[in-house]
Amino acid sequence: MGVVIIKYNAGNIRSVDYALRRLGVSAEISDDPETIRKADRVIFPGVGEAATTMRYLKERNMDTLIASLEQPVLGICLGQQLMCRWSEEHDTACIGIFDQPVRRFPAGLKVPHMGWNSLDRVRGDLFDATLKGTFVYFVHSYYVPVCEYTVAESEYMVPFSAALQKGNFYATQFHPEKSGDPGQRILSNFLRL
Amino acid sequence: MLARRIIPCLDIRNGKTVKGIRFENVVDVGDPVELGARYAQEGADELVYLDITATHEGRKLFADLVERIAAHLHIPFTVGGGINDLGDADVLLSAGADKVSINSSAVREPGLIDRIARGFGTQFVVVAIDAKLEQNKWTVFVNGGRIPTEKELFSWAREAQERGAGEILFTSMNHDGTRNGFACDTLRELSSGLSIPVIASGGAGNMEHFLEVFRDGHADAALAASIFHYNEIPVPVLKDYLKRNNIVVR
Repeated sequence: MGVVIIKYNAGNIRSVDYALRRLGVSAEISDDPETIRKADRVIFPGVGEAATTMRYLKERNMDTLIASLEQPVLGICLGQQLMCRWSEEHDTACIGIFDQPVRRFPAGLKVPHMGWNSLDRVRGDLFDATLKGTFVYFVHSYYVPVCEYTVAESEYMVPFSAALQKGNFYATQFHPEKSGDPGQRILSNFLRL
Repeated sequence: MLARRIIPCLDIRNGKTVKGIRFENVVDVGDPVELGARYAQEGADELVYLDITATHEGRKLFADLVERIAAHLHIPFTVGGGINDLGDADVLLSAGADKVSINSSAVREPGLIDRIARGFGTQFVVVAIDAKLEQNKWTVFVNGGRIPTEKELFSWAREAQERGAGEILFTSMNHDGTRNGFACDTLRELSSGLSIPVIASGGAGNMEHFLEVFRDGHADAALAASIFHYNEIPVPVLKDYLKRNNIVVR
């Protein structure tokens, strides 16, 4: 299977590559539109800041490319946020696949929300019954509210979307590549779609 | 619910895991990748790898090791030791580290925190602080606890947060190596004055100490080394104990 990890100015790309290799899949890391379009699966990872990253993607027309993809696409962490309509992080217009805002966590508990939190109300293709209540690894200061696309919820001061799904587009706020065995299972469910 | 984290710490010298008290009487305790993988399988939430090598050759070995760790581990890990500029942090990020921990270099050049946070995100920067209580004041030490500085724990931790630290790793030198428990009162005060997570280090000797550091010290995570390396407290047994005492762990 041809898996492409989108290469852009974000961290964490290596970790996703390593996680796929542990599943026996050797992915291509690329920013070439043709390579991305032809892939069987596309992963859009990300650690970083929304405004800088969106500017980088727009300059290269990668925002429209990602929105036009027809194969299964998985956004991770900042990837999920950028697939939404708008982010409160520096008032940034995003790709808009999920017509949802991205909000900053309210003051109260510590931000970033960092560490292992449990998944609730899991549904959809990425999650099987074994993943209900399981803990996965999060690092983020912004979140997508629970909405019609939510397929897993988590809670930190407020309930938020731990994962989204709409047609061929999938996204997780947590890092499956760093979430131990459950994370490997979620990635493997994505590859098996 | 967000779980409290248990973090085994591995000291690395010339590519091997070693254990000594304050860098003395150092003995080899095993391959860092194997030991790390064992901890990950047992339920450790994160790992910290600390390079205590002083030589240039050792540094190269460490970067190679970080690549091997990243390829094998499916949980997050932090690396620290000898990170003096943005370039050092970049090498470790590219090798696959999830976070870097900076200590003496941040005290000497606080702007390093801002630069790493701006370059790679605040979640990538852990500021480690070694401090000792002397005459009612928590003095910050550098160079593995050998050299006292002008800095004081609470104000330095706040400054680190303002400059972009994503977490504070506080080691109480008064408690480190004693196995008499963590510095819970100080940790609670530190944690309540910060808006970023605090990792407690120094003093773990038994399971009650972990319960106290979460319940009374309000720590977000607890780090320890020897009690895990010698399997005195297996991670799964510790987690069961914490769960039974109403601490949320995964």
